[in-house]
Amino acid sequence: MRNTIPEAGPLFVRDRAMQPPAYTPWYKTSVLRAPTRALLSLEGTRSEITGPVFGHNMLHELDNDLIHNYAKPGESAIGPRILVHGRVLDESNRPLPGVLVEFWQANAGGRYRHKKDTYLAAIDPNFGGVGRAITDDDGYYWFKTVQPGPYPWPNGVNDWRPAHIHFSIFGKSFAQRLITQMYFEGDPLIWRCPIVQTIPDKAAIERLVAPLDMNATLPMDMRAYKFDIVLRGRRSTMFENRREGN
Amino acid sequence: MVQPLGYLKESPSQTAGPYVHIGLTPNFVGIHGIYAEDLGVGALVNEKTRGERIVIRGRVIDGSGTPLKDALVEIWQADAAGLYNSPLETRGKADENFSGWGRSPAHFETGEFVFETVKPGRVPFQDGRLMAPHVTLWIVARGINIGLHTRMYFSDEADANAEDPVLARIEHKVRIPTLIGQRDGDAYQFDIHLQGERETVFFDM
Ligand SMILES: [Fe+3]
Repeated sequence: MRNTIPEAGPLFVRDRAMQPPAYTPWYKTSVLRAPTRALLSLEGTRSEITGPVFGHNMLHELDNDLIHNYAKPGESAIGPRILVHGRVLDESNRPLPGVLVEFWQANAGGRYRHKKDTYLAAIDPNFGGVGRAITDDDGYYWFKTVQPGPYPWPNGVNDWRPAHIHFSIFGKSFAQRLITQMYFEGDPLIWRCPIVQTIPDKAAIERLVAPLDMNATLPMDMRAYKFDIVLRGRRSTMFENRREGN
Repeated sequence: MVQPLGYLKESPSQTAGPYVHIGLTPNFVGIHGIYAEDLGVGALVNEKTRGERIVIRGRVIDGSGTPLKDALVEIWQADAAGLYNSPLETRGKADENFSGWGRSPAHFETGEFVFETVKPGRVPFQDGRLMAPHVTLWIVARGINIGLHTRMYFSDEADANAEDPVLARIEHKVRIPTLIGQRDGDAYQFDIHLQGERETVFFDM
């Protein structure tokens, strides 16, 4: 008999003190897009505890190689080659296998392949800027890419985004759904960024800053950055039957 | 001192930004050749799916009344029998021709999202009472710092809605209509208002 906790309980209460509030006027777009009324608290019903699953068979072999997945045969994206790797865990420090992780980013010059991005930096014809992975049995994922460049954006008159990679993560429950961004150790723009500063807690921000990981670096090939992602934890249902009938 | 509990903290959310469609629906923004098709986009149903075919349509509208053109909406729902296609569904096996999950980018010009799906069956609340049929929605966009969760109920389910234990929790009854999709033929219109008099009820779930 395995002594694991059954996995169908409601999620831990979200710690909103570690999450950005909706209304953050220094990030101007939030002003007209922030709900103003209190959220309705709802302890997870089946509708929030359940969630979709995605099979490894949906992946193509280049889905986690942004250096090559949009490049012409024999060519590759321009920029500093990096490996990004880490684990998806829950708040109980358990690895989450079978989690779909999607990522997107600007190219090495800080330009997105998007018709609304008009930044001066050049488009790289060999870089699409999107990829995905599904965590293995140990909750582990990895992908190869080029380090994105920082870029200016219209907010304040001189606001710059630090280099970052956008992440979208599915847990096992729809209520674990999360979108976030990964930053790079040592980037001085992190602490000047109005979007980073929507997060009210310094330690929480630091959990989005990936350290250089020399042990995972591929010598003469690419540097590595380690980025662990934590999704909401789940309460045990072991004693659920005590509540029946009340 | 006592032993540390050793829990981790959930990673903080950051806005999906203006280019969320590159990551989640690349073909929609003209990035072809990486994925054969965009995940979750298009009909949730095939010809074998059981249940009544419906369309859910709406827009995400900001505090000035302008529809967002850079939003992305996902839905999650039970099948026609009220079962979720999830390993955490313990009551039975859901329709294998219905994943229950869909993703829609807002239309570039109109901001409209669209889902072709089936009407979900009823799902029990924790105490065993049945909830009214509903679809869970999750909204992200530039300017939204943490994804917004809400539900759409159905205008032609007035009796079920009246006894729904979640709708019953809404203190200001005048806000309940913000969670009701309005039937028009085989389609339901469900606009999501981020602010203002008709601000949608969002959930902390
Ligand atoms: Fe970005």
